[in-house]
Amino acid sequence: MVNKATEMKSITARHSQPSGNFTKAVAAVVWKDVRAEFRSRELFSAMLVFSLLIILIFNFALELDIKTRQSVTSGVLWATFAFAGTLGLNRSMAIEKDRGCLDGLLLAPVDRSAIYFGKMISNLTFMLIVEIIVLPIYSVLYNVNLFQPGLLLVILLGSIGYVAVGTLLAAMSVQTRTRDILLPILLFPVVIPVLLAAVKASEGFLIGADFAEILLPLNLLIAYDIIFIALAFMVFDNVVEE
Amino acid sequence: MITVKKLVKRFGLKTVLRGVDFEVQPGEFVALLGPNGAGKTTFLRILATLSRPSLGEVNIAGYKLPHQAAQVRARLGVVSHLPLLYGDLTAEENLRFYGRMYNIPNIEARITEVLEMVGLEARRRDLVRTFSRGMQQRLAIGRAVLHDPDVVLFDEPYTGLDQDASSMLDEVLKTVAAEGRTVVMTSHDLARAEDLATRFDILSRGVVSASASRRELRKTNLLTFYKQALAG
Repeated sequence: MVNKATEMKSITARHSQPSGNFTKAVAAVVWKDVRAEFRSRELFSAMLVFSLLIILIFNFALELDIKTRQSVTSGVLWATFAFAGTLGLNRSMAIEKDRGCLDGLLLAPVDRSAIYFGKMISNLTFMLIVEIIVLPIYSVLYNVNLFQPGLLLVILLGSIGYVAVGTLLAAMSVQTRTRDILLPILLFPVVIPVLLAAVKASEGFLIGADFAEILLPLNLLIAYDIIFIALAFMVFDNVVEE
Repeated sequence: MITVKKLVKRFGLKTVLRGVDFEVQPGEFVALLGPNGAGKTTFLRILATLSRPSLGEVNIAGYKLPHQAAQVRARLGVVSHLPLLYGDLTAEENLRFYGRMYNIPNIEARITEVLEMVGLEARRRDLVRTFSRGMQQRLAIGRAVLHDPDVVLFDEPYTGLDQDASSMLDEVLKTVAAEGRTVVMTSHDLARAEDLATRFDILSRGVVSASASRRELRKTNLLTFYKQALAG
């Protein structure tokens, strides 16, 4: 076994090439996360079951008329996405930490922000899949039409902002012994602007408000997304290094 | 290949490394020995670019840390007591993932070559979580040498392995060293270190307190040398 390998040493040229590897590394991290999750389904199923339980509990707890349903929908939806998202973010980083894989990622000769973007894109993918499943079920249970292009745009922008800051803070909290409770404590105060803007914009689309009224929270969402992604890009290296 | 001068590492008020001087020539196999808490893992994590030095100089393959960390990582392989592998991916998927992260050309041929080297070719499509601890550790070595690094760092690679698995790991480690790589290994197992290494450094109380080559140890044995270094 060993001798054969030694004989074969010069078969392939194989020095790694550290430059120009950013997008390839981002794609590799996304591919790895999706592939592993497709097999285990532990992150996705936890998020989905938790989301469905929340909307069911709200459905039974709030016996509402049609008009009131529309006014509470944005709040219930974003509370559901935020809590389920925390579960996913925690688990996504815990998988890296438990078997030392985070060190494996950090040892790669790539800009470490590539690891952040890879994890962020895969977290966003899982969150959007859960949302795609939750939305029609919510529509049926609450008898509310959620399939409006404007509302779907808000959900996308809100999810991006939430996952952008959540992935960064999950990378920070996973290094601690109290990671499970630390992430929500760190995340929710920071992500309040995103959630408030998302709730306001969603509500605007649901009650059919003027676009001028919705524009402010929509612009805030876009601004928060850009700021959080830029901030994470700048500090991720320092967050993950000892 | 590796030059470390007056390396200091502090965690808050606690100083773990107190001015380590360390040098390794190309192709050397250095065993870094010492009691628990001596700072071996911290030292190796600094060499691996996973931790920043508080003070001092670290130079690997002509590149300075921490400023040229990416260049160092391209020439470095690391094996720790954790496998750094994903249980829900197969052996070849794990190597393919790391191959993409290292931007390795001709990756499929290299995966086959590495799996044959560590004796896991027949299990290439099995999930890593079904592997024994010894098989995971051999695959971890395959992962570490996938990009053909000049330097390989082993941090307690025998932790948790039974006798058979340790013997198989010996063979893989000898292959890695025989390929002309520079190797630094921390270990508590003096017998294995004596069998594999060409030089022995003792890290005690945050400094390298003694160093001897295999030739210099001919008159005595490693255990005596180790005890004397700790006592001094």
